[in-house]
Amino acid sequence: MQTLDNETRSERIAPAPVVTAHDLTRQYGSGETTVHALRGVSVEVARGKLTAVMGPSGSGKSTLMHILAGLDKPTSGEVYVAGTAIGELKDTQLTKLRREHIGFIFQFFNLLPMLTAKENIVLPLSIAGVKPDPEWIEELTTAVGLTERLSHRPSELSGGQQQRVAIARALVSKPTVMFADEPTGNLDSRTSSEILALLRESVSSYGQTTVMVTHDAHAAAIADRILFLADGLIVKDLGPSTSHEILETLQEVTGR
Amino acid sequence: MIGVALKGLLGRKLRATLTAFAIVLGVAMISGSFILTDTLSKSFDGIYEESYESTDAIVTSKVAIKTADGDTEAPPFSAGVLTEIADLPGVRAAQGSIEDQARLIDEAGKPIGKVDDGLALALDTSADQTMNPFKLVTGAWPSGDGEIAIDKSTAEKQGFEIGQMVGVLADGPVAEYRIAGIVGFGSVDSIGGASITVFDLETGRRVFDKVGQLDLIRVAAEPGTTEAELVRQISPLLSETTQVKSAEAQAAADSKSTQDDMSVIKYILIGFGGIALFVGSFVIANTLAITVAQRMRELATLRTLGASRRQVLGSVMLESVAIGVIGSLAGLFLGLGIAVGLMKLLAAAGIELPSSTLVFAPRTVLISLGVGTLIALLASLRPAMRATRIEPIAAVREGSVMPASRFARYAVVVSAAVFAASLGLFSYGVFASGLDVLVRIVSLVLGVLLLFVSVAMVASRVVRPLALVLGTPGARIGGAAGKLARQNAVRNPSRTASTAAAVMIGLALITFVAVIGQGVRTSFTGAVNELFVADYAVSSGFEPVSSKAAAAVAETPGVVVSELRGGDARLGGDKIHVSGVDANLPKVVNLTWQNGTGNVAAQLGKDGAFVTDRYAADNSLQLGSAVTVKTPTGKTLSLHVEGILDAPKGGSPFGEVSISKATFDSSFTNHDNELTLLNIDGGTSDANTALLEKSLVAFPDLTVDTRDEFKDRQLGDLTTTLNMLYLLLGLSVVVSLFGVINTLVLSVFERTRELGMLRAIGMTRRQTRRMIRHESIVTALIGAALGIGVGMFLAVITTLALSDYGVVLAVPYGTLTVFVGVAVLAGMLAAILPARRAAKLNVLEALQYE
Repeated sequence: MQTLDNETRSERIAPAPVVTAHDLTRQYGSGETTVHALRGVSVEVARGKLTAVMGPSGSGKSTLMHILAGLDKPTSGEVYVAGTAIGELKDTQLTKLRREHIGFIFQFFNLLPMLTAKENIVLPLSIAGVKPDPEWIEELTTAVGLTERLSHRPSELSGGQQQRVAIARALVSKPTVMFADEPTGNLDSRTSSEILALLRESVSSYGQTTVMVTHDAHAAAIADRILFLADGLIVKDLGPSTSHEILETLQEVTGR
Repeated sequence: MIGVALKGLLGRKLRATLTAFAIVLGVAMISGSFILTDTLSKSFDGIYEESYESTDAIVTSKVAIKTADGDTEAPPFSAGVLTEIADLPGVRAAQGSIEDQARLIDEAGKPIGKVDDGLALALDTSADQTMNPFKLVTGAWPSGDGEIAIDKSTAEKQGFEIGQMVGVLADGPVAEYRIAGIVGFGSVDSIGGASITVFDLETGRRVFDKVGQLDLIRVAAEPGTTEAELVRQISPLLSETTQVKSAEAQAAADSKSTQDDMSVIKYILIGFGGIALFVGSFVIANTLAITVAQRMRELATLRTLGASRRQVLGSVMLESVAIGVIGSLAGLFLGLGIAVGLMKLLAAAGIELPSSTLVFAPRTVLISLGVGTLIALLASLRPAMRATRIEPIAAVREGSVMPASRFARYAVVVSAAVFAASLGLFSYGVFASGLDVLVRIVSLVLGVLLLFVSVAMVASRVVRPLALVLGTPGARIGGAAGKLARQNAVRNPSRTASTAAAVMIGLALITFVAVIGQGVRTSFTGAVNELFVADYAVSSGFEPVSSKAAAAVAETPGVVVSELRGGDARLGGDKIHVSGVDANLPKVVNLTWQNGTGNVAAQLGKDGAFVTDRYAADNSLQLGSAVTVKTPTGKTLSLHVEGILDAPKGGSPFGEVSISKATFDSSFTNHDNELTLLNIDGGTSDANTALLEKSLVAFPDLTVDTRDEFKDRQLGDLTTTLNMLYLLLGLSVVVSLFGVINTLVLSVFERTRELGMLRAIGMTRRQTRRMIRHESIVTALIGAALGIGVGMFLAVITTLALSDYGVVLAVPYGTLTVFVGVAVLAGMLAAILPARRAAKLNVLEALQYE
């Protein structure tokens, strides 16, 4: 981790992007059945901000996130994560990069059923062979509101609690950037609001750079910046907006 | 529904193939055994028919005693009858012969092959040779002293030529003979790898101590005289101890004796094939259980579409039967391949057989396919029944679980009942005395099978603690991957338990063999240590030592030799082993008498005997009791008990009854020594060893052993037997590995999304492989732990039953450690494919997998 000093200085000079992408294209298949998921997307994800990616289904928003997170390879274009061009990385190097710099939150939580909440949270550290710092774990579990539930297994937790575990798991290694793929897609509206508040909180208090893909306008409303994709292109780039504004924009880009 | 079941199978080719392998090996073993033994039997039948081609009747001695291994010890008979037979009106020709054993000496001075491989024949070589089973290829028949004919195959292999001098080891020191001729056997150069030495009749009689005697007379009938008529004419001329058979009957009798030998080999091999199939049935049942659970939604959907429970049952069973048929077919032909390979191997080793066409009997096909398919069908019953209990609602409900088996509740009670039954059956088989062999085998086999079933039923309850302990080294070494592996292993305890149970079976049997083997070894060693007080033993492996060799060694100055002979005889209705001992016995064997005074061995005289304590107790014999023994020569010995020997349980060289060497020699055919022990002035030393070896230079098959060497040599065969059993039982461990592979592949498939997540949050491919590998090792180790436990348990009971024979419980810790190592290695091997699959998963696709 960079020292606070460094961080404040760099922020003062210019908010250096932590993830940048140049002219990404992604095609699936070939010939007449070719699908152009991305047709030339360039994006810079700002440090310490929550960026939401929206768009109708098939717009390429998930593909963009997968490529930014190093899970998928672009057909052309390059992605830099924390200054590293990830296109040429071998699988092991890419895995190590994900360990160090990237956190994930999934729609279906994806917790390991045989591990307790605590074990699930520290899983990225155990995999990396890093000893967890007990103070940080304490702070993190308090922040996500799970101190009482740490010894429970996922099957004994509600959906909201499971997603809290997943958020703590994504934050535990203090990643450079955290990707959330429809984090509220599998939750009821009340729980969704709690989870969104928690995500916002992690960005605000820890300066956790976050990229969230969602089709939920309420979710996007907590973002600092909202990118709208349609047909594989970024068609709109909004600052903080209300859900009403977001819905309208969404309808606008969908109708095009 | 049939279409659905078969298409489903095609859609899961890898799993179907792996599951089929559960059957392939067992069936291959069975079909291979049939094909091999059928082919060998046919070849030998060919040999017998050919050897009596121009012969119509055979005269031999009657066999008074059938020995334990089925061999017959027929004494020679007086040659006088030959001329009487030749003079009969129906007889065209009669040829008497000596049939014994002799080996040629190779360039290195060592005898070629084993004792049984050296056939010797001596006959009147000046007469008509049409009845001679051997045909002259080149040169001439041997005539007079100092000449022999040998078989073409041996001549070619050893580079022996006509006119060359070659050593022959018969009943006595090696003597040199000139090769006069090369013979063949009908169409081939030799008989099944045997070496053949043909002597002139008188030479043979002298060599084998059968002057004026014959072992066999071949008779050819005059044209117009039938075999039956010939037999009728010969019969009145024969004494009580000789018999005549038509050539056809003799060939049939010879054939039957090889068939019996073959049957033993065949049934043993089929037994091991059966064990492999039993293990295979566990693998199939487990694989089906997992797939039924994974296909729950699919099966439920079929039910909503109107499929009946019966159709669901049928579809699962049909899938299994299809796997069974495919596996059996593959096994049938793999067995054929193995048989062909073994025949080629035999041929390469110089064991030539007259007919090398493979016998692929319809019976082989029927049994192989039938057994393999039946096993698959039986194995599918339980998973198929469970599949019928899936409710249609599971098609739409998220996260439905398999309905609990109705049986689950009673698992402990039922398994306890099965365990009790198995223990009862096994104990009955082990402890009950006077059981028919078949009853004993059936109760032992059933007992052991039920024991495996009962342990498998409760195994799921011990998986957790076992995994915790056995997974610890892996968790230490493997880091997060190792820890996750251990937890993965207990996620579905019943699945891990069934997978491990298959591994358990092979390891239990291997452990049992190892522990019993060690017990026998220990008790034998103890017995030798107790008894053997001689300086040296002269031995020829397990073969008897010629008394002429003993005489040769006794000529060395300062040597005192004691000879122990032995032969089978009858006492009342029982077959017993009789030993012949001499007065020097107490000098070389530490004898403890329960009853008897002085040097009993020296005081036996003409009609004295000593018996073992065990035999005396079983038959209430005391000093002075009368015993009547019938010997193979037809003689009846009236003996009285002069002593009761306290024989060590672990093995004693003495038969139930021991008599003086002189009495033995006058009433038994075989005058070879079972044990030849000696003391020498100065005791055991390199110089004395060299001196003794020099005295035996004419007996190249013999070695001079100290006590430790003697023990090692005697136990060498045990080691070979154990290794053979390990190899055959290893086959069932291989089968169980396919179960481990299957379970892992299915688990990897089931955990696809989870693996995607792990990779996404930073697990490397290497770590992924390690995680699967460790899970595999933990499963294999659980199997090994259960197996070693069950094997020890069986060994303890068996040892208790055998304690009367001095078998002690001795745990071969080193060997068991090796087995654990093998289990680890097996786990690693089984994990290769599943681990590669898991590591190769595309992270993104895995994450989106439903």
